[in-house]
Amino acid sequence: MPKRVLLGLLLACGLTAPTLAQEPKTGGVINAVIQPEPPGLMLAMVQNGPVQMVSGNIFEGLLRYSPKLEPQPELAESWSVSEDAKTYTFKLRKGVTWHDGKPFTAADVLFSIEMLKQTHARARNNLAQVDKVEAPDDYTVVFTLKQPFGPFLGIFEVGSMPMVPKHLYEGTDWKTNPYNNAPVGTGPFMFREWQKGSFIRLVKNPNYHEKGKPYLDEIYWQIIPDAAARSVAYETGKVDVLPGGSVENFDVPRLSKLKDTCVTGAGWEFFSPLAWLWLNNRQGPLADKRVRQAVMYAIDRDFAKDVIWNGLGKVATGPSASTIKYYTDDVKKYPYDPAKAKALLKEAGYKGEKIRLLPLAYGETWQRWGEAVKQNLQDVGINIETIATDVAGGNQKIGDWDYDIAFTYLYQYGDPALGVGRNYVSSAIAKGQMFNNVEGYSNPEIDKLFADGAVATPDSKRKEIYEKAQKILVEDVPVAWMLELQFPTITRCKVKNLITTGIGVNDGFKDAWLDK
Amino acid sequence: MKQFWKSMLRSPSGVIGLIILVLAISVALFGPMLFPNSPWRMVQRPFLPPFTLSTVPLGTDALGRDVFAGMIFGARVSLLVGLVSTLVALIVGVPIGAMAGYFGGRVDDALMRFTEFFQTIPSFALAIVLVAILQPSIYSIVTSIALVSWPPVARLVRGEVLSLRTREYVQAAVVTGQSNTWIIMREILPNALSPVIVLASLMVATAILLESSLSFLGLGDPNLISWGYMVGAGRTVIRQAWWITVFPGVAILISVLGLNLIGEGLNDALNPRLSREGR
Repeated sequence: MPKRVLLGLLLACGLTAPTLAQEPKTGGVINAVIQPEPPGLMLAMVQNGPVQMVSGNIFEGLLRYSPKLEPQPELAESWSVSEDAKTYTFKLRKGVTWHDGKPFTAADVLFSIEMLKQTHARARNNLAQVDKVEAPDDYTVVFTLKQPFGPFLGIFEVGSMPMVPKHLYEGTDWKTNPYNNAPVGTGPFMFREWQKGSFIRLVKNPNYHEKGKPYLDEIYWQIIPDAAARSVAYETGKVDVLPGGSVENFDVPRLSKLKDTCVTGAGWEFFSPLAWLWLNNRQGPLADKRVRQAVMYAIDRDFAKDVIWNGLGKVATGPSASTIKYYTDDVKKYPYDPAKAKALLKEAGYKGEKIRLLPLAYGETWQRWGEAVKQNLQDVGINIETIATDVAGGNQKIGDWDYDIAFTYLYQYGDPALGVGRNYVSSAIAKGQMFNNVEGYSNPEIDKLFADGAVATPDSKRKEIYEKAQKILVEDVPVAWMLELQFPTITRCKVKNLITTGIGVNDGFKDAWLDK
Repeated sequence: MKQFWKSMLRSPSGVIGLIILVLAISVALFGPMLFPNSPWRMVQRPFLPPFTLSTVPLGTDALGRDVFAGMIFGARVSLLVGLVSTLVALIVGVPIGAMAGYFGGRVDDALMRFTEFFQTIPSFALAIVLVAILQPSIYSIVTSIALVSWPPVARLVRGEVLSLRTREYVQAAVVTGQSNTWIIMREILPNALSPVIVLASLMVATAILLESSLSFLGLGDPNLISWGYMVGAGRTVIRQAWWITVFPGVAILISVLGLNLIGEGLNDALNPRLSREGR
């Protein structure tokens, strides 16, 4: 029943809002929830979900993407591809300035790419096919690829390739640069204030390069550590926007029914978040494939979906979310089967060695999920110890490979070459960084498949390669895939045009306005 | 000893407190035998109201875990933390207080300044910081509760020792050339014990509350279920499911009340002035 109500609302609000072609009104302040408090705001260095959500309004990428994942201009106003699909030429928008008034030019693009290759695991992977980047003049950037790379135009979104001000970062120690705490971008909003534990305040960029935008004067990202308090904050009118995942799932149907409330599931098309458990393939019992398979059989994922996620989402079948290109469900299946899990553990000779479980410190839903998974694993005889940690501590432990099992959810970015391969190819093993191949899985065949798949033509060939890769990965269980997540965004209906792209709230306030 | 029990049993609060404590301890000791399953196990559908199914008399929580089982296992953690951390606090506090009181002078100054250093920091805030730094686990929780609760013991013992060491029998012991350790251990401390025992029973209650507060804030041992954790986890759904928070909350209330009553009873029984009046 609640699900049907939700669906109805999704249809009612999601569809009618854009058709009302109202003239946007200028002014107003929006209060949105950010959950959890981001560990930092320098998007080039940290890319947790909440960081992307706040910083996506401060920084910009060259492109943004429609809900159908077609590229749209942002800092690049046009682009062209050469005949042989190896040269991409971007024309940058003129008259764009950084928040401190300095002009944004092709030199910044070149610098950003160099920096991101070192600080941003996914960007490095995305740029692996790039032979060289050149700037013939201040407003042109030319990428030359080693070979044609189908998904290349999909790597320029703000969270994947944020533009960094060269004049503030060049020659400094990036990690300790003071601008990490007060980021300077080209985006529609400027960083103004961060009261730790309370709120992050962004103000309108008066010199924004799209005339007339943004419409809002200020955004307050309210940090409310407690899920019940976040729901109450919405009910009492303290906040107007609850981005996906910021309230307890069982509160979603209740909040959806409130007056003047619009709910949409849109705005996550580009990301298609997929939740899984990192399994440390390097050491201990989990180095054995059979133990990893046992973990898959031991966990009741339907329970997680129905109870912990209140029926939202979908049980994952493998490394690709079902919305991603070349997805196949023709892979080995892992239904909930404790008996089989026990048998596999016995076969692998598991003797009750202690295995540490690191839950995701993103609030109650994740905490409950950690408890449920722990119980599932204990039921088949795996000796689990839960380690309590916060977001930054968890990031560090995972990045340093100091874990056995750890919860996470990652974005998929539309194409297996962008969002999937990075977690399984051995070239993406880099200590100290998150969101790459932190499980330490290494299989030359998979490396080759992903390398070939990225550059293969035509599409049918890519499909064949990626389907094969999915089959191998699902057999090997480098990580334990849990659920394709669904994050409904709840807003007051007076907030218009918040979600217009496939990136959703992450760069949404550029077009958003308040109907007063 | 007989005298002690007699006066203890004469005070109604002491009797009620004792009954509660014995009940709580037997639940903690024997309860888990009745519930061989882990309290974390999902046994029924989530949010099952209490008194609907006899297998889960107090209903289930957000994941379908048995609230009753959680309370039984929670008793174990709460009492264990309460008793052990109090014991540790006594082990730290009593010697410091005794030395300060007995030796006086610079030793006293140094030890008391050290004690005050801990006393000036709000104890709950200090406990939170300690647990957060040490990573939440049963050991760090016991350690931090003990660390914030020993200063009152030290001060109390110091006061008692200060007054006792001027008594004739202590002076006599000094004159006969007995060692300081011997005097403190055999002559002074036994006579200073009654107020310490009363204080200790109240400290157990405070420790249970502290542990509950820490767990409530999510700083409990993630591998152990405790009453505070249950209240904290159920708090977000209190409007849909009151029973998840209310039952463990009542359990905390009753056990803390019980320990306070015992403290009162002990005070009546051990305080020579009060007990003489009663006779």
